[in-house]
Amino acid sequence: MGAPRDAARATEETWPGRDDSDHLRAAVAAAGAHKTPVTIRGSGSKAFLTESAAHAGASLSTLRHTGIVAYRPDELVVTARAGTRLDELARALGAHGQALPFDPPRFGGAGTVGGAVAAGLSGPGRPWLGSVRDAVLGVRIVNGLGQSLAFGGQVLKNVAGYDVSRLMVGAFGTLGLLLEASMRVQPAPEAVAVLAKDCSAEEAATVARGILRAPLPVTGTCHVDGVLRIRLAGSADGVRHARDTLGIDLEAEDDAFFDTVRDHAHPFFFREREPDSAGTLWRLSLPRGAAFDQPDTLVEWAGARAWWRTDAGPDAVHAAARAHQGFATPFGSGTSRTPAAVGKYMRRVKTAFDPDGILNPGAMADAD
Amino acid sequence: MRDPRVIELLKRSLPAASVITETRALGPFETDGLTAIRQKPWVVVLPETVEQVRAVLEICREHDTPVVTRGAGTGLSGGARPLADGVLLTLTKMNRVLEVDTDTCTARVEPGVTNLSITDSVAHHGLYYAPDPSSQLACSIGGNVAENSGGVHCLKYGLTVHNVLGITVQTIEGDQLVLGGKTLDAPGYDLLAAMIGSEGMLGVVTEVVVKLLPEPSVKRALLAAFDDIRQAGDAVAAIIRGGVIPAGLEMMDALAIKAAEDFAHAGYPRDAAAILLCELDGIEAEVEADIGRVRAILDDAGATETRLAATDAERETFWRGRKAAFPAAGRLAPDYYCMDGTIPRRELGAVLAEITALSERYGLSVANVFHAGDGNLHPLILYDSAQPGELEKAEALGGDILTLCVSVGGTVTGEHGVGVEKLDEMCVQFDSGELDQFHRLKAAFDPGGLMNPGKAIPTLARCSEIGGMHVHGGALPHPELERF
Ligand SMILES: Cc1cc2nc3c(=O)[nH]c(=O)nc-3n(C[C@H](O)[C@H](O)[C@H](O)COP(=O)(O)OP(=O)(O)OC[C@H]3O[C@@H](n4cnc5c(N)ncnc54)[C@H](O)[C@@H]3O)c2cc1C
Repeated sequence: MGAPRDAARATEETWPGRDDSDHLRAAVAAAGAHKTPVTIRGSGSKAFLTESAAHAGASLSTLRHTGIVAYRPDELVVTARAGTRLDELARALGAHGQALPFDPPRFGGAGTVGGAVAAGLSGPGRPWLGSVRDAVLGVRIVNGLGQSLAFGGQVLKNVAGYDVSRLMVGAFGTLGLLLEASMRVQPAPEAVAVLAKDCSAEEAATVARGILRAPLPVTGTCHVDGVLRIRLAGSADGVRHARDTLGIDLEAEDDAFFDTVRDHAHPFFFREREPDSAGTLWRLSLPRGAAFDQPDTLVEWAGARAWWRTDAGPDAVHAAARAHQGFATPFGSGTSRTPAAVGKYMRRVKTAFDPDGILNPGAMADAD
Repeated sequence: MRDPRVIELLKRSLPAASVITETRALGPFETDGLTAIRQKPWVVVLPETVEQVRAVLEICREHDTPVVTRGAGTGLSGGARPLADGVLLTLTKMNRVLEVDTDTCTARVEPGVTNLSITDSVAHHGLYYAPDPSSQLACSIGGNVAENSGGVHCLKYGLTVHNVLGITVQTIEGDQLVLGGKTLDAPGYDLLAAMIGSEGMLGVVTEVVVKLLPEPSVKRALLAAFDDIRQAGDAVAAIIRGGVIPAGLEMMDALAIKAAEDFAHAGYPRDAAAILLCELDGIEAEVEADIGRVRAILDDAGATETRLAATDAERETFWRGRKAAFPAAGRLAPDYYCMDGTIPRRELGAVLAEITALSERYGLSVANVFHAGDGNLHPLILYDSAQPGELEKAEALGGDILTLCVSVGGTVTGEHGVGVEKLDEMCVQFDSGELDQFHRLKAAFDPGGLMNPGKAIPTLARCSEIGGMHVHGGALPHPELERF
């Protein structure tokens, strides 16, 4: 459903950028030789997520390792270096009527490919369009031994060896410094519409469950401040049909609202940053269709993700998530209480990639 | 090393009928779908509960006995091939659907449940489980997880990794890992992703939570015929470039068409060099628009004929031929060897032409029927194992095809796994640092190397021994190893 369809040509598109991989690999190898930690940084837009980490050792920036290494629109795959800015990548894809499926947040407008993969944060379309991890097809990394290694590839189906590429997603660079990633892309939608309706959390959950059971081109839901919004995206005909089926009023025909949710620019997220605001912001991962009903909450992903600002202590928050068969993680620092058995294997996996623990120590609290 | 106490302890922990040691009864377990390789296991166990699985693993750990996990045994790369001195842990008795949750659109199932029976048990809710390998009537969800299996619909709906939300794994050290659940994400490293496609090397999957999708309201299928296989390959790339993501996009070549037609009478044009089957699904308005678009692209690409199935029955007839292609190929020759490489779609035409040339050089026929939309080739090499040397010839031809796939930027396995079959080709695709990293990841879960030893990842020594080593940019891939 690409908008400027004719623009999608079969030619290889690359944007040369600059290859800094020798330097990055050598820097990790040197740190390994001295057993001194390195802190890997992209644009720093998501540094607050690992703020509590003991930022020991040298800081290593991927920002000079940039460029699109390969992009063939007819393969639905793009390969980009870690320091490539997400907005530049989006422009290159947009010229061919394509986009990354997972709408990564662009905190403060910044963000790099390496940061998006390492943080593994997916945008509002996640239940319908997939996550960062779903879209990643291959990576090149430098492991803690200073070796440059490639896993996965540029094809959609590939089961040769363990799926190391997807293991890197959300690992915050603690298993390897990402040099480049190959990701699936998809046609950008021809039409977008946002429907809005005043309703309670309970009613919103009922609507979300209905949506999960109906084959409609929905690509986002958000319930906040007593209003449920539903994003439709696809062909113009499909979007019109979905509007008629759902029978909810049209609010807008663009992505502006869902962009504020995606980038945490919605006022809900700002309240948090005011100095006198009370409570901690928690991110709850819940089953789709969950009816999570608490004050000061933003619920998206058809119920599968709730942002909850609360004074309740960690025990109470984890219990609330468990009551819905879900997980809670403080947004920012802190651990998510991984079960002991799983924690044991996470630490072993960390050791398998980074035996001396030099990569981003502290950034993945659960694996320390 | 067979430690006789193992059998005794297994018999004590499991019901009598669940421990098989008599040679005759072991027969059905000596091979999986890769029938060229046969090996009887020492003992087969058929646990009925998670507790029994844990007991088997504990016995194996304490007595240093290797264990191979087996689902339905339909794997095509020898992943479930037994070991002469090992335990074959077969999960077919654990085949219950434990829970269907229509609020969260998930199902929780035991590992031995067949792929198709998941959909069968939720269909009356208008839901289904998307990945649909052609073996779906028989293969188990545990096997699907272990192989990251795909099917006809993965271009649009993804592979197993995109449709499994959670698993419970038993490790050889006796830990139970609950990874993911009914949620879309879980905190910490994505061990779930690492486990999917790990071919039984890291642990035993004892429970699976799958995502269910609503059945699309409309499904339509187009059949297009070409008198040149390259044009058919180029048409595939053109459809994707045109911004359409079909639910399925499959290709068959002349040999496969004739075989399928003789077998299933699907009404395929017998004189075509290739046909494409394109399924479009979704809501009426979108599907109608896509049909128009795809038809125009097919005509532009030089299709000699395009047919739209007028009814659901006709659509099913289109697919009947495709689904029967494997058994149909089985009638062309005494044996066939199914390959599984993936290539960038733009290389389809050229690679198919090269396969034809290889087939002539080796003097063995090759039928092609495959998932064209994802560039996933399944060349079926026809041979006769009764003829001395033919199996070896078929294997050599298969190896050449996979090397060709890697050389155009693809992979040696798209969905069937490495097993024992593609160990040598792994040496072509990965260098020693990468293989080493795989071995270290394996050791994180199974330090003693008791889980499915010898599969999936070749040892560095093996890679240095095999002939025909891939030369990468003028340098041998494993310079640190001695050459023999
Ligand atoms: C005619 C035919 C058509 C096919 N079509 C397709 C297709 O379209 N797409 C596709 O992807 N595949 C296809 N296959 C291959 C095969 O069906 C799949 O790989 C399937 O997932 C294997 O499942 P299984 O239960 O038979 O596993 P098995 O063959 O028993 O085992 C396969 C591997 O999984 C491991 N394993 C099994 N269960 C578990 C468990 N519970 N925990 C840990 N490890 C486990 C085994 O150790 C082994 O390594 C086809 C096979 C045939 C014979």
